[in-house]
Amino acid sequence: MYPEEMNESIRRLEATRKERMKQEFPMRTAEQKKELLEGFHPDYIEASMRALAVGPNKGDRTPHELANVLEAWPVLEPGGLDLANPESDVDVLVIGGGGAGVSAALMAQETGADVLLVTKLRVGDANTVMAQGGIQAADKANDSPERHYLDVLGGGHFKNRPELARALVADAPGIIDWLEKLGVMFDKEPDGTMITIHGGGTSRKRMHAARDYTGAEIMRVLRDEFQNRDVPRTEFAAVTELLTDAKGAVSGAVLVNLETGRKCVVRAKAVILATGGCGRLHMQGFPCTNHYGATADGLVLAYRVGAKLAFIDTIQYHPTGVAYPEQILGQLITEKVRGIGAQLVNSEGNRFIYELESRDITASAIIRECKAEARGIETVTGGVGVWLDSPLIEVLKGKGSIKATLPAMYHQFERYGIEMDKVPVLTYPTQHYQNGGVLVDDTGHTGVRNLFAAGEVVGGIHGRNRLMGNSLLDILVFGRRAGKAAAEAAKAMEKAPDTGLRHMDAFKAELNKAGIPEDRKSPMLLPDYRRPEMRRPYPFLADECVQPVAR
Amino acid sequence: MAENKGSQDSRVSGSEGRSNPQTPEPPSLLTIYVMGKAYEVPKGLTIMKAMEYAGYQFIRGCGCRGGFCGACGTVYRTESSYKVKVGLACQTEVEDGMYLVQLPFYPATKAKYDIEELKATTQTLVRCSPEIMRCISCNSCTKICPQDIDVMGYVNAAIRGDYDRVADLSFDCIMCGLCASRCPAEIVQYNVALLARRIAGAKLQKRSPHLQERLKEIEAGKFGDGLKKLMAASAEELSKMFYDKEVRDIEPA
Repeated sequence: MYPEEMNESIRRLEATRKERMKQEFPMRTAEQKKELLEGFHPDYIEASMRALAVGPNKGDRTPHELANVLEAWPVLEPGGLDLANPESDVDVLVIGGGGAGVSAALMAQETGADVLLVTKLRVGDANTVMAQGGIQAADKANDSPERHYLDVLGGGHFKNRPELARALVADAPGIIDWLEKLGVMFDKEPDGTMITIHGGGTSRKRMHAARDYTGAEIMRVLRDEFQNRDVPRTEFAAVTELLTDAKGAVSGAVLVNLETGRKCVVRAKAVILATGGCGRLHMQGFPCTNHYGATADGLVLAYRVGAKLAFIDTIQYHPTGVAYPEQILGQLITEKVRGIGAQLVNSEGNRFIYELESRDITASAIIRECKAEARGIETVTGGVGVWLDSPLIEVLKGKGSIKATLPAMYHQFERYGIEMDKVPVLTYPTQHYQNGGVLVDDTGHTGVRNLFAAGEVVGGIHGRNRLMGNSLLDILVFGRRAGKAAAEAAKAMEKAPDTGLRHMDAFKAELNKAGIPEDRKSPMLLPDYRRPEMRRPYPFLADECVQPVAR
Repeated sequence: MAENKGSQDSRVSGSEGRSNPQTPEPPSLLTIYVMGKAYEVPKGLTIMKAMEYAGYQFIRGCGCRGGFCGACGTVYRTESSYKVKVGLACQTEVEDGMYLVQLPFYPATKAKYDIEELKATTQTLVRCSPEIMRCISCNSCTKICPQDIDVMGYVNAAIRGDYDRVADLSFDCIMCGLCASRCPAEIVQYNVALLARRIAGAKLQKRSPHLQERLKEIEAGKFGDGLKKLMAASAEELSKMFYDKEVRDIEPA
């Protein structure tokens, strides 16, 4: 339960519930949206970003936290590596074991390639498992891929790459069909009709869900299929650098075994980056909803071999992160909670925004309510948030509906004595998603030869803001597209490529010229949450204790 | 002996992002024992953040940090009770005198199958995982489940070939493996449940009729031109369509 000082505003919220149920709250106009974003969205804080001094996006602005890993020296010390004699030789190397990586690997294998998937954590340790709310697809009679397209573009402020948005919406029904056949248990009516709801910014109810375990359900089925098909994989192996041939095409990667520190060279005819996002960089000190490995490694690796990044000045803050209790601060309260009727309510018991605006708008409105209007609810630990009136769901959908449709959410709060079917939950925006990333074409190709990318590491699909349910969709759409294209590219190559690190020299020269401090290294690989005085960089890369094996 | 008693830095809640703007008082410390070794950590942290406070940087035993991936299953005892308790390190608050060990991996067996070929008969689950017949109904699996799943209940349903029941009971499973670690019959419960759910999803739930309809339309090229037109439209044109309630009417909630 909540401390007494917070209960006072809960009573106000309860007093207005009946009124609020009848209240029609208008959606923001284009002008009002602009005002909200410019005034309160964290991306618009001038001092939070800087222009990059090196690389393909030189001059483009990006948050300092991301700039610090892009403008950094390679952590890999190539001394002692026998680059010409790789320990592993494959057609397609997939880096990353989330939904994008696993679907890419499955597809590449189906296309006839010899595949290896490597991941620095376990297969499935990814943001995919944390995606609760759903996956979009325009598969109902009152909907169409064109409508879906317009919603995607509207959410992205009309900046999305058209060919990527087209691929997303056109493939969507096929993805749902693929998942159905694999045995993903979507919420359905007895006759097979999908139970779909709205998400922020959708014009049709096209959010397909598996209770509030949608991503977890998809991931556990894909992982099972991956195991059934014996796709080779190596876990707890992080990529520290990509390899390139004499012409600058990507030709493999250097791996490090995080448990022994031993390095290993993998040669590949094509490489697919499926490394996910950057939540663990904690932009502007925000907590995040992301998994432990979301440290922007893929952006760093791609950037060094010359891949262009897009929309790196836009980060998605999910409107509803947990603001109380402290133990789970910043973790996700799925948008599905609002999708099925919960309202956002300030300390006075009033609504202040239509709950299903796109995420950037809703997040900005919550920040305004707390910071500028002082109508937030303060927590005992000095935090602030607004209420998400979850018991309203029980009024609208019937008693017991929260436990039935939001079991994960219910469980998460109940562990701390908060029963969200009886009391509201406190919420504040949290860093959630990397809207931008490596620019690709609609086959997932990055523009650097033989380097493909899929999943959150990619930029351009969602423009400046992604809608709920389009991320679970894009990882599978582009995972499969990249898997196919990479396998075909590999099959078209006659001989194995040569493997080198020449790109590092050019990049280092740029770093040197820009005066980047030499102790700034990347990729980060894993975050360090120990007390500051205990931190030291890359303890798991200390390979001095391991003698190189004579070969 | 407690060790690593650190300075009271402001990141009381662990250092994941936004630290408290005002830290009212130095936090009170309690003692936890990680694999028997004592550490003093602030009250109110999760096991995961407490271990990090104590100086661990995880490689294993840490995945999503949000209660969904099953990487951080933790077994512990407290001084006041004989009982073995469990929790996810990322979701469980530390208690004074907690003796804990993480169990990030436990060896498991898994049937390999072609989902398309499997049939939803009462025998399929037993054929794929015959060891489920060895269940002695000791209920250890249910007692240890950090997700409060009736694991034994679904194993029994699996023996009966009741797919819907297995799927329903096991749906919240995050595959942490703690059930398998306790099973005297050496069953890998979570893999049995996953197979049952996949069969239920692929064979017993009806396919969506509207989805098949849409796939046929896409195949016939119904939306190709419309999408092409939208792709060619300027931001201004798109914006006009987007805010036009005639063009883009919103389905009522």
